[in-house]
Amino acid sequence: MTLLAVERMKLFTTRSPWWCTVAALAVTIGFAALMAGTADAQAPLTVAATQFGYNFGLVVVMVMAGLAITTEYRFSTMRATFLAVPNRWSALLAKTAVVAVLAGIVGEIAAFGSWGIGKLIKPGVDLTLNTAYEWRAVAGVGLVYAVAAVVAVAVGVLVRHSAGAISLVLIYNLLVEGLIVLIPNVGPKIHKWLPFNMAHQFVTGNPDPTGRDVNFGPPLSDATLGPWAALAYFAGFAAVLLVIALAVANRRDA
Amino acid sequence: MIEAVGLTKRYGKTLAVDNLSFTVPTGRVTGFLGPNGAGKSTTMRMILGLDTPSGGSALIDGKRYRDLHQPLRTVGALLDAKWVHPNRSARAHLAWMAKSNRLPAKRVDEVLDIVGLSAVAGKRAGGFSLGMSQRLGIAAALLGDPQVLLFDEPVNGLDPEGILWIRKFMHRLADEGRTVFVSSHLLSEMALTAQELVVIGRGKLISQSSTEDFVSQATENTVRVRSPQLGALRTALGRTGVSIRDEGESLIVSGMDCADIGELAAQTGTVLHELSPQRGSLEEAFMQLTGDSVEYHTEIAEGQVPATLVPAGK
Repeated sequence: MTLLAVERMKLFTTRSPWWCTVAALAVTIGFAALMAGTADAQAPLTVAATQFGYNFGLVVVMVMAGLAITTEYRFSTMRATFLAVPNRWSALLAKTAVVAVLAGIVGEIAAFGSWGIGKLIKPGVDLTLNTAYEWRAVAGVGLVYAVAAVVAVAVGVLVRHSAGAISLVLIYNLLVEGLIVLIPNVGPKIHKWLPFNMAHQFVTGNPDPTGRDVNFGPPLSDATLGPWAALAYFAGFAAVLLVIALAVANRRDA
Repeated sequence: MIEAVGLTKRYGKTLAVDNLSFTVPTGRVTGFLGPNGAGKSTTMRMILGLDTPSGGSALIDGKRYRDLHQPLRTVGALLDAKWVHPNRSARAHLAWMAKSNRLPAKRVDEVLDIVGLSAVAGKRAGGFSLGMSQRLGIAAALLGDPQVLLFDEPVNGLDPEGILWIRKFMHRLADEGRTVFVSSHLLSEMALTAQELVVIGRGKLISQSSTEDFVSQATENTVRVRSPQLGALRTALGRTGVSIRDEGESLIVSGMDCADIGELAAQTGTVLHELSPQRGSLEEAFMQLTGDSVEYHTEIAEGQVPATLVPAGK
């Protein structure tokens, strides 16, 4: 508990988490406002449509998580941390936990904020969260952000440089998974099992009871696992990455 | 007490620290001396558990640093004053460190007061001068009121006032009965600060002794003698087998102290105009001892340096 308090103090006495939080909320809620404002009979506002911006918020949250760890390496406060807490596993686990919780909270505020602004702009549309799918589409965003933050922290621990870690995470998330689909024959089969695709699967749902067009919400996932199994898969991927990162950090000269 | 036993650090083919063994006694200021690149910082990082030794071990009061519970209460260290997030205030920096070792929050204000940073405690550490950063680093080292303190090149880049402050501070810490281990590449600085010296070169131990012993062993002790009867004195000294060399109107005698030369002069009835002990320069002595072990020699031989510098473009 002490270590969690320490990492919380460290995180909130710098500026980048504040800015990233503001940016993540602005991007997601702003996008929801856009969707709600432009919705009409052809493209009706749905619960899924309010969450259109969730992937953009995800990017910002991963930048925040990556920065939280790489700036420690950049300013050598990681060494100061290891001097104060020589048990590197607990020090880094505490940091990961604090960053993941912050990411989760940002995700929930972003998701319910997006949903709320949709209700505000289009009071006539029924946006009630009735089904399990609709609950996941909104409340699930926080869970995905939290797990994605763990991935970003793990990559940050391994790479240690802000620019390198952040480009790696973003290029993978925004480009690599999408490009793998284009490989003939095997591409789509591999894509089904890629971690961020699994995260989308959890949020966008399968089966998707709204039966909406792809344009009316975040892109649908082609993963075949059930939503909760998909989230477990994504979390498992993050956990494996984190264990590798911490084992490396524990062996490596600080 | 800090104890290094066969400490070794290898980076690929380079041996940065080579089978280094020494002890840092309790309650004294021990200087850790060596030219740049000798492996001082690497050794300190291994003592503090930041770098893993390739061989051997370093123990603080019999324990490895990484096995210490709440280590800031046992060991305080200042390895680099810049290990602070520039946007974090001095107080916030100390506050998280205090929290991590369950130290009371009021201790933060105490150490800020000790190093004289109370007035700027709320300012961002990125805006601090080197001297202020150094003080913040010392405040961090003192947080847990530790008995063992390590400082890596604490006076590097400081102005004379800052150097004096650090020097006095070290003595104060030792007077309080703490163990202080401080590294430097300046022997003259260490001669003023440290009571014990651990000298290394190229990662190997050159000597461990008290500063006094080191200085007297390392520097050639000679006596300058002036006399109107220089010839007679030279003959008399020559018979005792000491080495004599002429320097202008005087003799430089090595291997015999002032008292013995005086006695000899009295026995031979020689008048003395001067009889004064000469001390070799500390820097020379240090160069002599570590000369072979400097990692990166400058390639300028003495004769190649032009005696007068001609301004360019003339």
